Parts: sequence; structure tokens; C-alpha cells
Amino acid sequence: MNAKSRRIALTVNGEAVAREVPVRLNLVDFLRHDLGFTGSHVGCEQGACGACTVLLDDQTVRGCLVLAVQADGCAVQTIEGTSNNDNGLMADLQEMFLSLNALQCGFCTPGMLLSAQELLRANPRPSREEIRDYLSGNFCRCTGYQAIVDAVAAVARARHEEPRP
Amino acid sequence: MSIGAEVPRDRAKRLLSGRGKFVDDIDLPRLLHLAFVRCPYAHASIGAIDGAEAMALPGVVAVLTAADLDAAVSSWRAAHKLFPGMAAPEQSALARGVARWQGEAVAGVLGESRALAEDGAERVSVDWQELPAVMDANQALAPEAPVLHGDMANNLAYTAEVTAGDTEAAFEAAAHVVEEHFRFHRHSGISLEPRGIIAEFEPGEGRLTVHQSHQTPHQQQDLYARLLGLPEHKVRVICPDVGGAFGLKHHLMADELVACAAARLLGRPVKFIADRLESFMADVHCRDHEVRARMAFSGSGEILALQVDDLFNAGAYGQYPRTSIAEGNQIMRLTGAPYGHGNYRAGLRMAFLNKSILGHIRSVGHPIACAVAERLVDLGAAALGLDPIAVRRQNYLQGDDFPRTSVGGVELENLSFNACLDKALEIIDMAQFRREQAELRARNVYRGIGIATFVELTAIGPEYYGEGGQHISAQETCLLRLEASGTIRCYTGATDQGQGIDTGIQQVVADGLGLAVPDVEVISGDSALCPMGGGSWGSRGAALAGEAAMRAATTLRRNILAIAGSLLQKNAADLTIEQGIVLDATTDSAHMAVSEIARIGHFQPYSIAEDVTADLTVVERYASRGRLFLAGNGLQIATVEVDMDTGIVTPLRHLVVHDCGRILNPLLVREQIRGGVVQGLGAALYEELRYDPAGHLLTGSFADYLVPMAGEMPDIEVAHIETPTETSALGAKGAGEAGTAGAVGAILNAVNDAISPFDASIAETPITPPRLLRALGRF
Amino acid sequence: MKAPDFDYRRPADLPAALTLLARHGAEASIIAGGQSLLPLLNFRLAAPQLLIDIGRLGELKQLTEGDGHIEIGGLLRHCDLAASPLIAQALPLLHQAIGHIAHPAVRHRGTIGGSLAMADPAGELAACCLALDGQFSLLSARGQRWVAAGDFFQGIYETALAPDEILTAVRLPRGGPGRISIFDEVARRRGDFAMAGLALVAEAYSGTLHGVRLALLGVADRTILAPSTMALLEAGPLDQARIEQAVELIAGEADPPEDPAYPPAYRRHLVGVLLRRTLRRILAEAPG
Repeated sequence: MNAKSRRIALTVNGEAVAREVPVRLNLVDFLRHDLGFTGSHVGCEQGACGACTVLLDDQTVRGCLVLAVQADGCAVQTIEGTSNNDNGLMADLQEMFLSLNALQCGFCTPGMLLSAQELLRANPRPSREEIRDYLSGNFCRCTGYQAIVDAVAAVARARHEEPRP
Repeated sequence: MSIGAEVPRDRAKRLLSGRGKFVDDIDLPRLLHLAFVRCPYAHASIGAIDGAEAMALPGVVAVLTAADLDAAVSSWRAAHKLFPGMAAPEQSALARGVARWQGEAVAGVLGESRALAEDGAERVSVDWQELPAVMDANQALAPEAPVLHGDMANNLAYTAEVTAGDTEAAFEAAAHVVEEHFRFHRHSGISLEPRGIIAEFEPGEGRLTVHQSHQTPHQQQDLYARLLGLPEHKVRVICPDVGGAFGLKHHLMADELVACAAARLLGRPVKFIADRLESFMADVHCRDHEVRARMAFSGSGEILALQVDDLFNAGAYGQYPRTSIAEGNQIMRLTGAPYGHGNYRAGLRMAFLNKSILGHIRSVGHPIACAVAERLVDLGAAALGLDPIAVRRQNYLQGDDFPRTSVGGVELENLSFNACLDKALEIIDMAQFRREQAELRARNVYRGIGIATFVELTAIGPEYYGEGGQHISAQETCLLRLEASGTIRCYTGATDQGQGIDTGIQQVVADGLGLAVPDVEVISGDSALCPMGGGSWGSRGAALAGEAAMRAATTLRRNILAIAGSLLQKNAADLTIEQGIVLDATTDSAHMAVSEIARIGHFQPYSIAEDVTADLTVVERYASRGRLFLAGNGLQIATVEVDMDTGIVTPLRHLVVHDCGRILNPLLVREQIRGGVVQGLGAALYEELRYDPAGHLLTGSFADYLVPMAGEMPDIEVAHIETPTETSALGAKGAGEAGTAGAVGAILNAVNDAISPFDASIAETPITPPRLLRALGRF
Repeated sequence: MKAPDFDYRRPADLPAALTLLARHGAEASIIAGGQSLLPLLNFRLAAPQLLIDIGRLGELKQLTEGDGHIEIGGLLRHCDLAASPLIAQALPLLHQAIGHIAHPAVRHRGTIGGSLAMADPAGELAACCLALDGQFSLLSARGQRWVAAGDFFQGIYETALAPDEILTAVRLPRGGPGRISIFDEVARRRGDFAMAGLALVAEAYSGTLHGVRLALLGVADRTILAPSTMALLEAGPLDQARIEQAVELIAGEADPPEDPAYPPAYRRHLVGVLLRRTLRRILAEAPG
């Protein structure tokens, strides 16, 4: 069998990338195995678990339900990019996950963080119910979800506190 | 003191920025990828296997069958000497002659990528002859049932019974007898990261190096060495970050053994990462029990006797090396353990049938043992018109009852049922709930409350597998190295799959030495580097590895102080260490830093008197004696709302009051208990591996096998009672089973309480909407 | 599990896509958002020779107001529709339904055209289009035809689409002021496919319902109308007795497939439960 391939060019975590890829390769496998961004994980390959969540043109998508060729010309962000000290946009969220122990094995965590960050951008003051609803497509087998909800709620509160002099 | 403090985990910092290292994150030069040809039938004989078409594909490197592996890997039988007579049929890495469940691997295809290996697997043709399948334990034990294993007369793998007192007489004399027929369906651990392995064989040195998502590196080292015929010290098993395990990853899995054999045969590293479909098909599963039980009461609510009959199945083989007996055995030993009745008869029958193998998944047997007894207590209280909480209090073991060996044969040291109940009733106002419940019922809103008391078996002792003949360490060893700058490297046999035992051990060592927590690094999960130990399963980390770490810290501290005494010309007994500084124990005046002692100890040892024990690397071990388990206890209270129209159960409030002895780190214990509860809620309401009558798995994806998600889960309150065990200096018991152990029983009782106005009841989990509405006779 | 091998083309415009599709027909699959197709490919349940990616064709991303209808380009995503004030105002049924579809990350990719062409019997948008008596534009190199939603869905994953056709747009009549629009479903968990659901529109209520269209999802091999129930509801004033008659009637209109986990009788029961809730809500919210 001839594995069909295409050349794609995109930006990943702010850097221009060009690669020849098999057209059947999905985005998360491309990010993980061709580019070494292993922070996004593979848990089900049917879009149900959320472990492969990445940002495609600034919106969360399932990395297993996008072909790498479909991301040609797009901007992709992974947890490695959003954790980069230069932008550090979710440093407070990561810090709160740490201090409230909102993760155990860490396999779901990158997807959970990206989803939570997206929620807080769209809805800066979510209720617990809204947090649970927005994260309801991200499977976590270790925690009871509660610490995750607590962490997101705490960050939402903290982001709205008056800056202290 | 850091013990008891909420110390965050070092490892979590890495995981939060996407810098975890899981098995599939590792790449090696010339890596081959393994995919399997799996049996599409529940039971089939395997004729000719033709891999020619697969081999013709570019990128496919090899097709391996059982015959190809014969010379490379031995077969095995899952036996356990504590259960003499238990059938232990032979199993091989790839099915030979007959495949006994849908999903059993019959050929491995190696390709340059996983996609290419799958392309090849699709093109392997197998001459299958479908055989009659047995999918239910009752059917398996019927006289006319097809027999799975040719060397057995029937499908009965094992039968056992425990008795105490005169159960028959107690039932006959009882004022009231309640009984129930329970069904607990099959589910599994479902770690988010599937099973995975990279095996690399270096032929020159004859060395096998394995990276595996696993809980027990030393057990795997032993198994791979024996089954592949390698000297044990030439096998190294490394468990990097593990994406959830829950017991799923502390067994030998045939698929992973094939990867090792293939690496050796082909001379190239081999990676196997289970996909979700093959995880559902070929992971070990759990539960799948049918329990008939009855309980006898006096007119005043005293529990007089309990009888339990458990029928379950091992799947197609016994799980190696631990066997599949434990779940039934725990149910037999543990049901009704919180109560003081003296008449007990419990039996089990374990069958073989055509499903994936039953293994040890989190809280082995506990949720069933708990749900059965707790449901019967509620039924008894209802029959007698008594308050179910009062009946529990009346029958709890307490005070002078301890220590004792339960009627089921479990050693109970000093359990705190009443203290847990008192605490729970401080948090949940039962009278208030009953008032609200009545008001809501008048508006056709049906809520219920359920309580479940449990005994939690943790920290298994060496007698269980030692006497059983398994090479599974229940002893833990800790090696501490004082580095020359005064920081510590700690090597443990425990492993960390996210529960945070690394941090717990770090705290124990830091406190034991008088150092700050960040000055200690814990190294785990490597069979070559770390001292032989059991890994992490069965809630053993804090109690066993924690105790070993405490002993090692005590020894190293003694050495540090001895050196200090020698250098300072003082009596070591008059010195202590705090925050890395050696102090005068009475005046608190600072003498010298531990870092200075470390520097002198390593580089200027001649400065220390010769008779001083100046070892800066120390090793200590801990193994319990004379007990199989360390029992903890707790209870859960759940409230639910049942939609009488749809049958949907919504968990509302969930409380756990738990006693795991001394708590190393409440931050970690709390969310681990909550995670366990959510797994229990999964079993109670959602999770089920369903097969059709022909044995085809109907739940092979996350669309069909429902796991609990954030949207449906309640907030979970956790409270603690601390009764340290007196069997160790640290006083810690395990905490990993508790959440799962009690949740099923609490939900089952809560749902039955909610529907009690309708003279209906349910005793089957998961409580799916159709099951519940059927029990209510609503469709 | 990894997708089987296939070829991939991303035509620059709609005519080029139609030409490709005409040439490859049944051997090709159209991919838009891919949220239904990629799981099938990943599990090797589909094996097209060629994927034709129409996901970037701007001409299929228009949302326009026509004379008495709204026209929705096939490539508009669930999130686009959810965020559209026009949809919320003119097609509240659709707006309600979208919240039930999967999860945010899926709604960022999934398209209305892809969802309808997939024809999942539990698809929310399919039921809405049927209730709204929508028309689908099926375009091929041979030309364009408009097919009514009621004729489009033909069975489980089966539609009126010919191998060379693309579903390019959906035309949905906008209702008059006060049109009643109710979407409801019962799923095990948020975002799951429903065990049963309904989409109902009716003209403004003045004691009796008029112009009732009631579509069901998850209770047959496709989304279906419930014509007998619709007729019953229009036949006289809505009251408790009529509601109970309708609940009884609709159970017979559902035709759920055999499923040991969710037996047909259960799904029939559920659709009655949903209808009762819906009709009681109409009664309760009626002015005066």
C-alpha cells in the first residue's frame, strides 16, 4: 500500500512548521510524534475523552478528530505553547491546579486546562454548574472532578479581584 | 513537621505544563509498532493463519503467531497455593489452538508505524471455526455447558466456604429474615492512558529494557525474566509517568509479553499502545457477580446471622500471577464485617467463561461486600420498622470488641465505626433530610438517602502471596543517600501513578531527618535503580513504603547526629536536627548545618572518629507479620433524586467519613477518596461491559461504555477520623479503596429509599434508567 | 486505532469539489468538520479511497435571511449557529437543540451539513429540520435540487444524497411571532446521544394548537414525524385529557430498534414522558 502524503505548513506554538505527512495522520499524532509536542495525549480516538484537546485557530478541538492536513495553514497551540513563560496566559490556572491538587496522573490535565481557559475567556464568572458543564467532555479517571472545579472557580474569582496597590 | 500538611506534588508541576513522560511519549531509533489480530468470536478454534498478504505490504516487518513464540516465551498457569485445587489452565502469550474470548490475541503484526501494523493486521487471514460460547456463570456451570478448557471436566474453577457459629439455627430462630438477589455487572478500571510498553533487547549483553505503564516494576522484572528465560539482573523494567492504573496495570498482560518477545526475536525495539477498543476487549475486567444473601434479625434489630452465596467468573483464564480468586474471596471474607454477629456462612463459586479475564481492579470485592450487607441492613430495619442508622449503631463492632478476627476471617485492629457515624451525623442532618424528603414527595419529587459502612482492606502482608507461591513483594525497602551538599535522594519500591505517594514519602523522610521537603527527591519506578519492592496497589504505599522510609530516615538521622557528635565533641543524644541544622536538643542553639556534615562525611571522612557509624547511604526495610491485611474503615452517605418518569438518578450530596489512620497529606488523600467515589458512582450508575448472547462485546467505545463525567458528578464532602495503626511507627493505613468501596452501597440504598413509596426495589448495578423504571413497573 | 489509508484533496472552490465528487462518487467521502467521519475512519468502520475536504469553501458558510425563511450554509458549525442572534431570534428551536450536541470542542468543528448528511437517528439538527419542514439543497455537477427533510432521511445513516451530491444549504421557514418552539431530549450524560428526544413547533397557542409539527429523535431508524399525534393535538383544545391521549398515541408512533440496554418499550415510554412535559409546559405558559 502506498501511504499517501501531503506537504503542510502551519504554525505550532508560534513557530512556523512545514512537514510532509501521511494524509491519514491525525493532528494529535502529528503534534506528538512528528513534532515532539507530547503534552497532548491520546485516550480514545473518537472525540469522547478530551485528552487530545488542542487549540486550532484559538478554539479547542479534538486533536484526534482533525487530520493534520486539515490544519494546513492554521495556527495550533498545545499545552507546551500555552505554558510557555513568554505568554504564560494560564500560569494562574496551573498554579491553582497544583495547590488544590486538581490532578493526579496528569493525563487529562492538558486538555482540562485548555478547556477551562477557554471557558474563562468566554465566561469570566462561571458558576460551578457552568464549569462542570463546560468540562463535561473531558474525562478524568483519577480525581473526583471537584478539585478541578474548585481550581477553575478560584481562578475566576482571583482574576476579578481588584488589583491591590 | 510536614506530615499532616497539605504539601503539593513536585511531579504535578511537570504534568501541568505538558512535560509528563508517558510510555507513548518515548521514541527510540528503529522502533517497530505492534498491532494484534484478535479473535472476532467469543470462542473459536484457530486453524491456519496466513500472514502472506500482510507481509506483502511495505512497512509490515513481521507477523508472529503462537508457533513463532514457542521457543521465545513460556506459557503459564495462574495458581495460588492458599487456594488448593483452584483450576489453573495453561495460557500462552498468543492463543494457541483455541481462542476463548472475543479480543484474545492470536497474531501480532509488527510495522514501521502503528497505522501500517494495523493495515497488516487487517490482511492476516485466520481459518476460524466458531465454537459455542458460554457467557453467564449459571450457564457455564450447567451440566450441558460446553467446557472451555480441555483438561477440565467442567467450567468450575473453584469453590470455597467459610462458616462461623450455627447459621442455620440462627436463621430458624430469628424474628425476621430479609433476603436479596443481587447482580453486580462487569466493568473495568478504564485508565485514561491505556496500557502501553516499549521493549528493547540488546543481544550482545542479553539485556531486556522495558518501559511500561505499570504499577509493579519488580514483579514485571521477575515475570519477564522467567517467561523469556533471561537472568533477572538482565531485565530492567522502568515505569515512567503512568496515566492512571487502578489495578488494571499490576498484572501480566499477554499483549505486553508479546511485545517483549517480538523485540527479542526481531532485534528491534517494539512499542505497543493499546487503543481504546482493544482496551475494552482485552484489559482485565472486574465484578460480574451474582450474590444471593440473607440476614437474620432479632425483634429488637440485633443482627443474628448472615449468609452469602457469590457466583462469579474468572473470565477465560485465571489472571496471572495473582489469579482471579481475590474478588470472590474478599466478598466472602468481608461482607458484614462491620457488625458483631456470630453466625456466618459464605460461599463462592468461580466459573470460567468466554469473556476477558477478571483481574484485581480498585477496591477488589469491597463495593459488593459493602453493598450486600448494607442493603440487607436497610431491608431489615424497614421490616422491623426501625431507624436504619440506629440498627447500624446497635450492631457495629466497637470498643472492647477489638482487636478481633471477624467471622469472615479478617483481622480487625481498632476500627471507628461509631466515631465515623457521629461525625457524619454532625455534617448531615438526617431529621432535616427526612422533613424535606416528605415535603418533596408531596410534590412528586423523590429523593432518597443511603448510608454504607465499610471495612477497607489495605497494605497486604507478605503471607498472602508468599504462601501463595507468587513472586510478589509485600516487603518494602527504602534507600536514602545523603548527597554531599546535604540534600537527599530517596529510592523506594513503591510507584506513583498520580496518587502522590512520592510526595508522602518525601514528607516522611524530610520529617524523619529534620530537613525541608524540597531537600528530598524521591526516585521510584525503576527495577534496576530502586530497591526490590511491591510497587503500588492495594493501598500499600503509605503504610508499607512509608514505614520503610521512616525507618531509613531514622537510621540516617542517627548516623548524621553521630557524625555531628564526633565533630562537635558532644553526645549525639543531646543533638537534634531542625530545618537542616544540627541543634542542641535542650537549648536549641545551632551547631552546624547538615550540609556541612554531608560535605565532611563524603570528602573529609578522616575528620570523623573511626568508631562512629558514618554511613551516608542507608537501607531499611519493613514487612508486616502475622496479618494478611491492615483494615481501615469508614462510611458514606449519599442523597439522590430519582426521576420517576425517566429513571435517571441524580446524585445530590455525597459524604465520606474515613479512617485511614495517620494521614500523611490530607490534600492528596481527599481527592483520592473523591476519585474513588466517582469510580464507585460509575459502577453504581453508568459503567457496564455488555456482551450479546453470542459473546460479542457491545460496549467497545466511550459512546457505549459510559464513564462518569464532570457534568453529572456531585461535590463530595470528605471528613476524617484518625485512628493510627499500632502495628507500625508511622501509624498510616491505606486510603485508596475507601471511595470506591462504599459508593455503590450508599447509592443503592439511597435509590431504594427514594423509591420506597412505590413498594419497589432494585438490587442490580449499574442502576440504569431502564432497569430502574422496570423495577418500578413503569414501562 | 489508526485510520486506513486514503487520498485527500482540498478543492479550491465548490465547482472543483463537485467535479471531483462526480469523478470519484461512491469511492469518495466528503469531509467538512469531520466530527462524525473521523471516528468512523479511526475505528476503520469506513474506508473511502478519497476524502474531499470542503471545509474551507466560503460559499457554504453564509447565513442569509430570505423571504420567509433562513438559509444556513452547510459549513456553518454548531458553534456558529449557537452564537448567531439571528438563529436565536428566528429559529429558537435550533438554538435550543444545539446546546445538547456533544461538547464545546466538537461544536467548534462539527457542521450542520455534515451532521444532517450523517443522518444519525438521534441527531438533534435532523429532528429540528424535520419539525421545521426544512428543505435541503443537494448540489452536484448535474445541478441543484431541493429535497424536503421528510424525504431526505431514509434510514440509519441513509439519506437521499446521491454519491455525487453535497448538502450545501438548509432552508428553514421562519415562523410568525409567537410560534411555539420546544426541543427536549433525555440523554444519560451531557452531550451524549439522546435515548429519546423531540422537536415541536406550533403556531401561537390560543386554547388549541395549530400547525403542529412534531419530530422525534432516537426512537426509530431515522428522525420521524408523529403525524397521528400531530393531528390529535390540532383536533381540539389542549387539556390534560388530550395530553394523556397524545402520550398514549405517540408511543405507537415511535419505532425504536431492538437494544437490550435500552429496550424499545423504554424509549417509547420516554418519548411519551417528553411529550407530556412539553405539552404541560405549553399549557402552563399559555397567556391568560
